[in-house]
Amino acid sequence: MPEGKYLAGEFFMSGDEACAEGAISAGCRFFAGYPITPATEIAERMSQRLPEVGGIHIQMEDELASLAAVLGASWGGVKAMTATSGPGFSLMMENIGLGLMTETPCVVVNMQRGDPSTGLPTLTGQGDMMQARWGSHGSYRIIALAPNSPQELYDLTIRAFNLSEKYRLPVLIMSESATAHMYEKVVIPPVSEIEITPRRKPTASPEEYLPYKPDSDLVPPMANAGDGYRFHTTGLTHDERGYPAMSAEAQDKLAEAQDKLIRRLVEKIEKNRDKIIELDEDGIDDAEVVVCAYGIPSRVSSRAVERAREEGIKVGMLRLITVWPFPEDRIRQIAGQVKAFVMPEINYGQVVLEVERCAGGMTKTIPVPHMGGGVHTPELILDAIRQAVR
Amino acid sequence: MSKATGDSEKHPLDAYLRTERLPHIWCPGCGCGLVLNCFIRSLLKSGLNLDKVAVVSGIGCTGRVAGYIRLDSFHTTHGRAIPFATGLKLANPELKVVVFSGDGDLLAIGGNHFIHAARRNIDITVLCVNNFIYGMTGGQLGPTTPLTARSTTTRMGSIEEPFNIPYLAAASGATYVARWTTAQVRRLEKAITEALLKKGFSLVEVISPCPTYYGRMNKQASGLDTMKYYRSNSVIKPDIDLKYADIKLNGQIVVGKFVDIERPPIPNL
Repeated sequence: MPEGKYLAGEFFMSGDEACAEGAISAGCRFFAGYPITPATEIAERMSQRLPEVGGIHIQMEDELASLAAVLGASWGGVKAMTATSGPGFSLMMENIGLGLMTETPCVVVNMQRGDPSTGLPTLTGQGDMMQARWGSHGSYRIIALAPNSPQELYDLTIRAFNLSEKYRLPVLIMSESATAHMYEKVVIPPVSEIEITPRRKPTASPEEYLPYKPDSDLVPPMANAGDGYRFHTTGLTHDERGYPAMSAEAQDKLAEAQDKLIRRLVEKIEKNRDKIIELDEDGIDDAEVVVCAYGIPSRVSSRAVERAREEGIKVGMLRLITVWPFPEDRIRQIAGQVKAFVMPEINYGQVVLEVERCAGGMTKTIPVPHMGGGVHTPELILDAIRQAVR
Repeated sequence: MSKATGDSEKHPLDAYLRTERLPHIWCPGCGCGLVLNCFIRSLLKSGLNLDKVAVVSGIGCTGRVAGYIRLDSFHTTHGRAIPFATGLKLANPELKVVVFSGDGDLLAIGGNHFIHAARRNIDITVLCVNNFIYGMTGGQLGPTTPLTARSTTTRMGSIEEPFNIPYLAAASGATYVARWTTAQVRRLEKAITEALLKKGFSLVEVISPCPTYYGRMNKQASGLDTMKYYRSNSVIKPDIDLKYADIKLNGQIVVGKFVDIERPPIPNL
């Protein structure tokens, strides 16, 4: 590993290491975490790399504290990240809610492992996809990205930071053990070539600044603590001043503020779906069957698709790089022109429910669930493709 | 910032409050406002640049302080004020970060964060308003409720030993530990000022009335009764072995500055 602040060039790296490097490239200068397999190596690398670039790593007492510290650091004006796996992700749900409500940019990485509770700590899984979408209480929208290689862990970690600053929310990277511990070539561009979204600072004076008054794209500019704005922020439902909007004199006022705030938190994502959603498509136009996959099963699917094509089956591939928000429109379009979707996931069927919802009876949806802590074999997916065209 | 105006319509500390949010939610006789008043006076006395002071609260009656003080202020999740403050301080060491919250928030749901912040000696000040009960949710047993005291979840009296906060903080590594009641505002103000200027994890515990719940259920019918109890039962013993600073139901309250030591803080600048 060459010395110096930023890496550039070609490297042989694990997914965890690439994720950490992506964070460094994105300008992340604070990491708080708690050791957990298979995300620990991210913390280990950050603990070494952050001091080299003037950042701070701290190991907290648990994952509740880790995400709380990340949110605090973000308000201190520093890009911040944490990384965990299922059990820690469960603990982080409360502060994901705080991050969403207070509109705090940060990145949360979940290197998914298998099964509920302690489950399969050293084996792979994709069982937290719906938790990522719905796990914190109340109504909200989230952004979740699903890389399928160390290279993408590098690239999408940068994108996650940019999205989090642009839309002011915690952005989730939903990867899995298999990718976290996979070693592959990772190309890191010179730092000057990396596109970084800076924090949107207020232009109003401290006297006029309303911390939750959005710009036209529904995202409010953000002052940092210590900037002289003397602002207030709360996890309570609040108005544009950031003050709790729950005065007893008027339930109407509460309803109005809630509608305004929560609707805005939802719409700032909904209205920007096209900018947020990233898909990787192959051979869909004349396909009879489309394999829809994200994360590591998408790589096994590529082999299955190749073999199906060798057998003369017209099969396309739709890879979800962004899982949340879900690409509803594109799924609906494709549903109108194919016989079936085939969807492999390392769980008993989660995101496939969304595919099925959007397909809305127009076409068959064939889940290919897989348990046991490993990835699918290409044959499993190939069998489903054959079944789909039968 | 403007100084006291002398205008009888205004409180001299109005400039530091979000007056547009008044009246506050605290009950008559509650100690929270008094502690907030002391805190602001301490801040002014400390000479700290108020643009560089951030207040972090958790959830509960005391947690509402963050919403009333006109500084950068964060009303966070229940129990997580200390780790939030930890991140804030590490990200911007120029800030003076103060956690202002209640005993339930800091010592029950946030108890683990409390001891770890003291252990790693993160450079923040914690003001813990201890009213022996959960006020916001209606008077339930807290981590500091004295043995045999009544609450809405211990109708026959608590069978649990409470935390002795100064003992816990000192054992965990705090560099500054003091306890006063709301009946000793001058000493409280001095302690908060010292805590604010102390490097490392500084803690001031403030014993504070909750007439609505704790008082009503434990023979301190009004806020005034509680203040009288504090005045006649507080004993200043700065050199006490903290093991003996525990508080029994309607018993003696040991107060004073117990710990004031030097230990390398994080961040250490």
